[in-house]
Amino acid sequence: MVTATTPLETELLRLAGSVPDPELPVLTLAELGVVRAVRLRGADAVEVELTPTYTGCPAVEAMALDIERVLREHGMREIAVRTVLSPAWSTDDITAEGRRKLREFGIAPPRVRTAAEPVPLELGPTRTRQARTESVDCPHCGSADTELLSRFSSTACKALWRCLACREPFDHFKEV
Amino acid sequence: MTATPVTVSATAALALGDDALVLSHRLGEWAGHAPVLEEEVALANIALDLLGQARVLLSMAGDEDELAYLREERAFTNLQLVEQPNGDFAHTIARQLYFSTYQHLLYGRLAASESEFAPLAGKAVKEVAYHRDHAEQWTLRLGDGTDVSHERMRRACEALWRFTGEMFQPVAGLDVDRAALERDWLDSVSDVLRRATLAPPEGPWTGAWSAGAGRQGLHTEPFGRMLAEMQHLHRSHPGATW
Repeated sequence: MVTATTPLETELLRLAGSVPDPELPVLTLAELGVVRAVRLRGADAVEVELTPTYTGCPAVEAMALDIERVLREHGMREIAVRTVLSPAWSTDDITAEGRRKLREFGIAPPRVRTAAEPVPLELGPTRTRQARTESVDCPHCGSADTELLSRFSSTACKALWRCLACREPFDHFKEV
Repeated sequence: MTATPVTVSATAALALGDDALVLSHRLGEWAGHAPVLEEEVALANIALDLLGQARVLLSMAGDEDELAYLREERAFTNLQLVEQPNGDFAHTIARQLYFSTYQHLLYGRLAASESEFAPLAGKAVKEVAYHRDHAEQWTLRLGDGTDVSHERMRRACEALWRFTGEMFQPVAGLDVDRAALERDWLDSVSDVLRRATLAPPEGPWTGAWSAGAGRQGLHTEPFGRMLAEMQHLHRSHPGATW
């Protein structure tokens, strides 16, 4: 899905992908899997295709500005960052290195999915306990004994969980 | 890789965009008022998803800011359902259940179609799946909860029922099997309500005694006040930016 053909395009793609995510600065845009393509339109004109994690993701504009700045520093004069929706971004586009960094940063990485549906949940009397095959492990202590507090958290892409072993709350990058 | 885009139907883009924009604004009104912090965050997140969808859809029909901030009430073509005031938490959840089920089923169909809405729908259907799940879980918890929560949820579901038939009226440029959409919606919502120990309301939801001409630009009284608040800043300070 990520395309670049000439050596210069490959280099520009690497540069665009090296920009840190504005909201999760431990991750680069390449690790997040949101830079789709870089195409030269002239000697110093380039078009970048960026895909948002969520349709309403407010970080897209900051990402575009950061990409423009980096490419300008490397000799580009005309930079157009285009937002593309299709094919839709999925948490499966996050690289293995990206997942490792998320966990290190205290965010439980998304599980690799098979269907385009949210993970099914069972509702307990007061809390939401999950009927699951693969657990969301606590990024702090590694315990699999965790519970979902809310499907929505600090940003659109995360859910709020709590570890029942170390009692720490944590964010989980939820599967889409 | 991508097919050549077909002509965009401005009518359909506006109808779907207005639904998302208006419901987003209503949900945003919960900020600072939600019953618990997690719900404060959840409702604001759902509002943000809807706002993102609205921006894409309105941009397909014209200038997003002009369309959102400079149209009069009669030019909006959203469903009357989404403009209904938040009411108590049960009313908000009933509105969410009715609308997110519809939107999820509709976007699922559009995503699989050749329509110009397929790219957005393919993206948004994954977001809306979480909205629908959120609404269903709350419907179960409130309906099958205490006597008070059950009664409030029942009242909310009944009160909003007459606005639901409008979702299945034809919209120019929106090529979906409306009969199948309606059947799937009714099956799904009825199933959730039954599991929540709530009977599906019996009042009319289409026809003479039901509400709904939002698609034709006719709106209920609370919508004008909502628009006044939503558009006030932009109209008072034309061209202002930060």
